[in-house]
Amino acid sequence: MELYQLTAWELHQKLTTKECSAKEITQSVLGRIEQKEKEIGAYLTLTPDDALAQAKAVDQKLASEEPLSPLAGIPIAIKDNICTKGVKTTCASKILSNFVPPYDATVMEKLNGTDCVYLGKLNMDEFAMGSSTETSFFQKTHNPHNTEYVPGGSSGGSAAAVSAGEAVLALGSDTGGSIRQPSAYCGTVGLKPTYGTVSRYGLVAFASSLDQIGPIGRSVKDVALLYSAICGKDEKDTTSVRRDYPDFAKEIVPSVKGMTIGLSDEYFGEGVSDEVKSAVMKAVDALKEQGAKVVSVSLPSTDQTLAAYYIIASAEASSNLARFDGVKYGYRTKEYASLDEMYEKTRSEGFGDEVKRRIMLGTYVLSSGYYDAYYKKAKFTQKMIQEAFRNAFSSCDLILTPTAPDTAFKIGENIHDQVKMYMNDILTVTVNIAGLPALSVPCGFDTKGLPIGLQMIGPKFSEGLLFNAAACYEELLGGFSAFSALK
Amino acid sequence: MSKEYVTVIGLEVHAELNTQSKIYCSCKNSFGAEVNTQCCPVCMGMPGTLPTLNEQVVASAVKMGYALNCTINPVSKQDRKNYFYPDLPKAYQISQFDIPLCENGYVDIWVDGKEKRIGVTRIHIEEDAGKLIHDNSFAGSLVDFNRCGVPLIEIVSEPDLRSSKEAKAYLDTIKAIVQYIDVSDAKMQEGSIRCDINVSVMEKGSDTFGTRVEMKNVNTFSGAVRAIEYEAARQIAVLEQGGTIEQETRRWDDQKGQNFLLRSKEDAHDYRYFPEPDLQTIVLEESYLSQIKDSIPELPNKKFVRYLADYDLPEDDASLLVASVEKSAFFETLVAFGDVKPKSISNWILGDISRIMNETGKSLDELEIDAKALDALLLMIDQKKISNSAGKTVFEEMLKTKASPEEIVKEKGLLQISDTDALQEIVDQILAANQKSVDDYRNGKTNALGFLVGQCMKASKGKGNPAMMKEMLLSYLENQ
Repeated sequence: MELYQLTAWELHQKLTTKECSAKEITQSVLGRIEQKEKEIGAYLTLTPDDALAQAKAVDQKLASEEPLSPLAGIPIAIKDNICTKGVKTTCASKILSNFVPPYDATVMEKLNGTDCVYLGKLNMDEFAMGSSTETSFFQKTHNPHNTEYVPGGSSGGSAAAVSAGEAVLALGSDTGGSIRQPSAYCGTVGLKPTYGTVSRYGLVAFASSLDQIGPIGRSVKDVALLYSAICGKDEKDTTSVRRDYPDFAKEIVPSVKGMTIGLSDEYFGEGVSDEVKSAVMKAVDALKEQGAKVVSVSLPSTDQTLAAYYIIASAEASSNLARFDGVKYGYRTKEYASLDEMYEKTRSEGFGDEVKRRIMLGTYVLSSGYYDAYYKKAKFTQKMIQEAFRNAFSSCDLILTPTAPDTAFKIGENIHDQVKMYMNDILTVTVNIAGLPALSVPCGFDTKGLPIGLQMIGPKFSEGLLFNAAACYEELLGGFSAFSALK
Repeated sequence: MSKEYVTVIGLEVHAELNTQSKIYCSCKNSFGAEVNTQCCPVCMGMPGTLPTLNEQVVASAVKMGYALNCTINPVSKQDRKNYFYPDLPKAYQISQFDIPLCENGYVDIWVDGKEKRIGVTRIHIEEDAGKLIHDNSFAGSLVDFNRCGVPLIEIVSEPDLRSSKEAKAYLDTIKAIVQYIDVSDAKMQEGSIRCDINVSVMEKGSDTFGTRVEMKNVNTFSGAVRAIEYEAARQIAVLEQGGTIEQETRRWDDQKGQNFLLRSKEDAHDYRYFPEPDLQTIVLEESYLSQIKDSIPELPNKKFVRYLADYDLPEDDASLLVASVEKSAFFETLVAFGDVKPKSISNWILGDISRIMNETGKSLDELEIDAKALDALLLMIDQKKISNSAGKTVFEEMLKTKASPEEIVKEKGLLQISDTDALQEIVDQILAANQKSVDDYRNGKTNALGFLVGQCMKASKGKGNPAMMKEMLLSYLENQ
């Protein structure tokens, strides 16, 4: 067993018992990156020298018997829409291709305190808009299980790196499924936290009311460790929630005894493949055997939700991305005769097609005369969806669904069919619209050998419960690491 | 023959609040600092940064809301106003759209010797933009972000104003009020109070407003008067020639004394307002609101009217007194003793005391004037125990030594001589010694009288009652 194949928790044990050093861990993962990165293409920026220096500092702490946090010396990689002081943060866009933030995101400040080791910045769909990481301006990322396939998106670099052993843990962001869907496609564990539990300060905004940063790992405990490190009230983000956040990893009890699982027909309908359906139902049966009760619940139709999602997300995006105008930072067109021409050319040249599509959609739905018909109606639909989930959770503790309607598709397969691409998000966007937490865990492989994802949705602030249920299922399967592409 | 027209005016006043820090970050809210030194990633709209609302901004806006008799919305929200301009780093301004903090108020202004009530539609909070810098020493434009995120309140009036004079009175009143309740410095030269003007004209007797034109870039109140008069005349000229007024935005050029088309209705911005998702709804508790409401003092416009009615002061005196919070407070303290006529008190405060404040650069508070002692001094003058000029000497001495006026008067022997025999003796002496002046007077040079009074005062060492001596001189000059 190589060190890069171990989970963060296992590595922490080895470190504290001095079976290995932080330097050896980092070297192992850097070696793996060297070996695999050419075919995977998960990273946009690598910082190996910094990583080794950070590992060295951890070894010094270890030598002087200083107590170590569970993430000390653990190699972690960061999605490239999270601001990292002094390290390029591009959002995989030409328009930010030269942007180096002079500040850290709050999650980075929090992680700095854990002494984890940063490997670099991960590829993604441009500005997190996409479900395949194909809209990145810089490169494609390949699914480590089969490099002809996409890793999912938008946090495709994060899931691919963790699955391939090119990082032990990664941060992603999830606006409509961007942590969970790539986790399903790559066979990793990904958490989209309750809206407001992780500070968004320093996350380059896509849709402010839906965006959340979250962890991706190869075990439930690892994901809980990273979530515990980044969650909490932040004075710099007024949408973050003040409450008592427990030590989630410590409190995991792998059990579903007495839990009621809700199933909704809406999430097993047209478009969901038979292989995915049966894998998810097999997981449900397994949890039933562990003492869970299963009930059916009613949820709003998924296509209605998808429509509301694309209106709200695009509206906010059109405003959030307006600041990339060539005036202050990032790309500026070379030649222009007027201010308007500078704006037009900079943005036409700087943004990719998918981003432009959503900016135009968002601009349209906010225009006077259309606001009521689109944005206002979408916000109303959002209220109905939130209410429907509140009702559903009065009769169950968590809801199980497939994470995505199907397993990964081939690179290039959907890139010209936007509607088909958007359908990838149909089972995940509801969670963002309702502000709920959801976990995607592996639940099998399809006949092509690609991983299938199971989504566990809970009421607000029920991350602890989701970890318990997922850990129970993980034990049954003998560890989720087996679904990664570590070999 | 041309028709008669009425001008209809509505004003949007922007006042920068004088809070310590900016509205959405902790940068200092200060004017005149070196370019791009009072800014941070938040107010420069850098990627990933988020705003956090400065609560003091809400408190100041609510205070202004109560001062203008508004209803305060206990629940209000902030919205994004989207448009591209290099001085607006986020490409949207955080403002308030459909639910402002304050609504449905009014303010009473003083025009032509009476009060007029002007409706206030709303007051909302928003952030200021930066400034573009143009200079011959470089090509293109540069941006100074220091002003980005400086908190503003926008006060929108109803179209209740009917002349440039009323508009000026309204602006002066708003300025006085923001300064009185200390929410804004309202310094026009620093741009901390500015306005947009909506003007339309209609035929006299009509009850249907004409099409309104908005004017921007009006930076002074006197400029506002010129801009309104120009625009009303322009519209009337268009109508008189059979034309129609287009709804448009025009830019006022104060140097040229003209305005120019900025954009027509077709080119009007679609700001695509929507609720700001990065900020929470503003929820104000009743106790919080009543605490602010109770903190509102009597406002200068109401105080002015009261001074006219209760103290019979001339308008000039009343307006000068209410223009200063501390002068009016001091005035009222002295009036409350009930010993001296309000006009005499006003004369002293606006005369000698204001002069000394100007000369020393000290505030009333810093001058440490004992109100009770001053009252005693004024009473002595009123009762003619000492002359007015002796009073000035006593007052200066009081400021220096903090001694009581009685002590100073005694020590300096300043008690006024009102004894007829003693005064007649002085007058006779002066008349005898100044035959030329007596002749001058009798030959029609009546200002010789002033000289003679002065001589009498000098001879009495300033203690003689000037009015009595003047009468004695006159009776001699006119009759003998």
